[in-house]
Amino acid sequence: MKIMVAIKRVVDYAVKIRVKPDKSGVETKNVKMSMNPFCEIALEEALRVKELGLASEVVAVSVGPSQFTETLRTGLAMGADRAIHVEAPENIYPLTIAKILKALVDVEKPGLLFLGKQAIDNDQNQTGQMVAGLLKWPQGTFASKVVLDKEKQVATVDREVDGGIETLCLNLPAVITTDLRLNQPRYATLPNIMKAKSKPIKKFTLQDLNIEIKSDLEVVEVTEPPKRKSGVIVSSVDELIDKLKNEARVI
Amino acid sequence: MYKLVNSCSKSKFIPLLSYPSPAKSANWASSSRNEFSKRNSRFSRVLGGESGRVRSYTSESDKECIEYDVVIVGAGPAGLSAAIRFKQLCQQKDAHLSVCVVEKGAEVGAHILSGNIFEPRALNELFPRWKQEQAPVDVPVTSDNFWLLSQNRAFSIPSPFGNNGNYVISLSQLVRWLGKKAEELGVEIYPGFAASEILCNEHNEVTGIATNDMGVAKDGSRKENYQRGVALKGKFCYSNLYLVCFLQRSFPKLHSIRKRGQGQHQTYALGIKEVWEIDADKHQPGSVLHTLGWPLDQKTYGGSFLYHMKDRQVAVGLVVALNYQNPFLNPYEEYQTLKRHPAIRPLLEGGTVLQYGARTLNEGGFQSIPYPVFPGGAIIGCSAGFLNVPKIKGTHTAMKSGMLAAESAFSMLQEGLKMENYWDNLRSSWIWEELYTARNYRPAFEYGLYPGLALSAVEHYILKGRSPVTLNHGKPDHEATREAQLFSPIEYPKPDDAVSFDIPTSLYRSNTNHDHNQPSHLHLRDPTIPENVNLPKYAGSEARYCPARVYEYIPDETGDLKLQINAQNCLHCKACSIKDPTQNIEWTVPEGGGGPGYTIM
Repeated sequence: MKIMVAIKRVVDYAVKIRVKPDKSGVETKNVKMSMNPFCEIALEEALRVKELGLASEVVAVSVGPSQFTETLRTGLAMGADRAIHVEAPENIYPLTIAKILKALVDVEKPGLLFLGKQAIDNDQNQTGQMVAGLLKWPQGTFASKVVLDKEKQVATVDREVDGGIETLCLNLPAVITTDLRLNQPRYATLPNIMKAKSKPIKKFTLQDLNIEIKSDLEVVEVTEPPKRKSGVIVSSVDELIDKLKNEARVI
Repeated sequence: MYKLVNSCSKSKFIPLLSYPSPAKSANWASSSRNEFSKRNSRFSRVLGGESGRVRSYTSESDKECIEYDVVIVGAGPAGLSAAIRFKQLCQQKDAHLSVCVVEKGAEVGAHILSGNIFEPRALNELFPRWKQEQAPVDVPVTSDNFWLLSQNRAFSIPSPFGNNGNYVISLSQLVRWLGKKAEELGVEIYPGFAASEILCNEHNEVTGIATNDMGVAKDGSRKENYQRGVALKGKFCYSNLYLVCFLQRSFPKLHSIRKRGQGQHQTYALGIKEVWEIDADKHQPGSVLHTLGWPLDQKTYGGSFLYHMKDRQVAVGLVVALNYQNPFLNPYEEYQTLKRHPAIRPLLEGGTVLQYGARTLNEGGFQSIPYPVFPGGAIIGCSAGFLNVPKIKGTHTAMKSGMLAAESAFSMLQEGLKMENYWDNLRSSWIWEELYTARNYRPAFEYGLYPGLALSAVEHYILKGRSPVTLNHGKPDHEATREAQLFSPIEYPKPDDAVSFDIPTSLYRSNTNHDHNQPSHLHLRDPTIPENVNLPKYAGSEARYCPARVYEYIPDETGDLKLQINAQNCLHCKACSIKDPTQNIEWTVPEGGGGPGYTIM
């Protein structure tokens, strides 16, 4: 069974981001980029499944401009066998990504598709769900535990939901999106980074996959959240009630 | 392409530190690496064991071993220039030799911080067509001002810097460009890997370095993603001073680099810098300002800089020499005070801070140059210490030293010449001449600000560096701190959040991070000294000179103050290992990939 993992290149989580002066988006020039942390977790899970002997190959895929190949190289260094890069502009919306992933699934025919639950740049949390819908595959999102049964072709997924943990059984092929507590991603060691240089990255264009980018969404403006005003120390309960009622208007 | 060879080569591993460290996901630029397939590298698994943290000589190690012709520690201006020069020579002479650079920052340039007014002398030699190749060196200096500050006023004095023909740059950006150029030439660069050990053979010759283990938890146990470090062996190794110091301690007679060099100890300064984005109408690209005087007192050497870059960005910083005497001095707060000066504040008001950072720089100059060659390798760049203090420039000399070392290594590998040839080449190069001419300016300030200015004026305008005497440095920085009882605490004003900020806010802007679950990389040789010596005698000065609030004295349950080390905040500036009065704090390298994330510094 092949496993496909979709990864995204985002602004590194430790970077202090700021909004561009023209408010069209977040400044990404001269800013450190890395693999989305949830995608790292997804790739790690795929590698663990392969190491258990339940899969033959892990293919990492990414959709974006040419710099995305750097992130794919990181994925190859972690242990993915092959990579696919779909050349596309930046900032494509989840539905288009989902359509592209569906087209790749039709080509590669994996038994499992892993994704991170969301990207830390736009926090959409939509791509996994949408691609499952397009493929008509079962989905287990926010996975905190994944157990595969190869014989029965079933994946048992523990999901972190608001009420606690929900356990689902999914028939393969399925889509699983990963949450933080699923695993601790491995480091890309120096020997693996060297070996990764010779692993193939296949390129596709949007035309090859017959996908057209069209979106009904347009970003009008991106602004910073309002600055938090400093707190006020009140001298009595009456003053507190007065402020809550008349200033904050919450009671 | 590679062969996995089972062999037991007997190498002595000098144990420096065994820390967990690694780069989570090394991010590197991929480019065609034709050289790689030509290189005859082999992975040899060396069998053996190791004992505990401080290891004595063991004849074997279980670290995987990768071989190169040249291994370079640090992807800075010197390291990359050395790698590039080496590969250029290989191309010219049709040699196929391999070069590997390891860098502890998560990316090339992530740990690079400098003023920076760049003199393109070395770049002209390395890449004569750098302009056409779009090096990020594109803001020529348009004006050069020098002010003596008092609390409320600024007095313009003649500028001795001669910056005509120089450029205002971001060194982090230039180094990133150098990294790309190096990779195009076939250099292998591995960011996110920290060199923590230096490896020697039975003849006490350096054979390479080793990276630290990855995925070790705070208590020393192995986490689920534990990975053993890797040994990188080279016929030739450019190390940094940090590693060589360990070599010295193990073999003091063989590797007495200071005595065999110019003889004096190194002296340092701490530079604290921010890059601001200011209003367009206040911005004048290429405008350069240096100041002396306020807020520092007459006994403390230092000064500030304010350089206008492009894109409405200005670099503003304060450099404080670390041989200051008053343990209550807080360089970070002095920097905040500087920004409030009526001549500086209006420029910054209304702007935004983009990045913050700090780094120590060497100020010893000519008198402190060590003997930079050891069996199996050499020290280049700021690790040796080629900064021209009166010019406040060290990038061009660092790059040139890397290039000279590469030329010597190439002749050694191809023609069998000795590496000692590097020392000879250094002494006959323009670096030597330049540093010799500049040698008396910094020591002149041992006598105070005004005597120093006067002596410097004599050196510059009358003697023009041809002085018959060479002044000595004063005490080493850590010995210069005097007891707290001789001074009174300095009351620094609260930050105004417009031009001055508190440390946590600033630290956030440095993009610093370390995995929290790793052993602290800051070691106390004697854990009782902070509370028994530093606190009573020096009022816990480490809590003041650290620009990242790593050291804090916090009351414990009984109300006594105890030192808390917030290693995760560390900016890798190394001020603590330089300035600690008892030299009790040892800075060791943490997990690769951690530390600051400078991009425009």
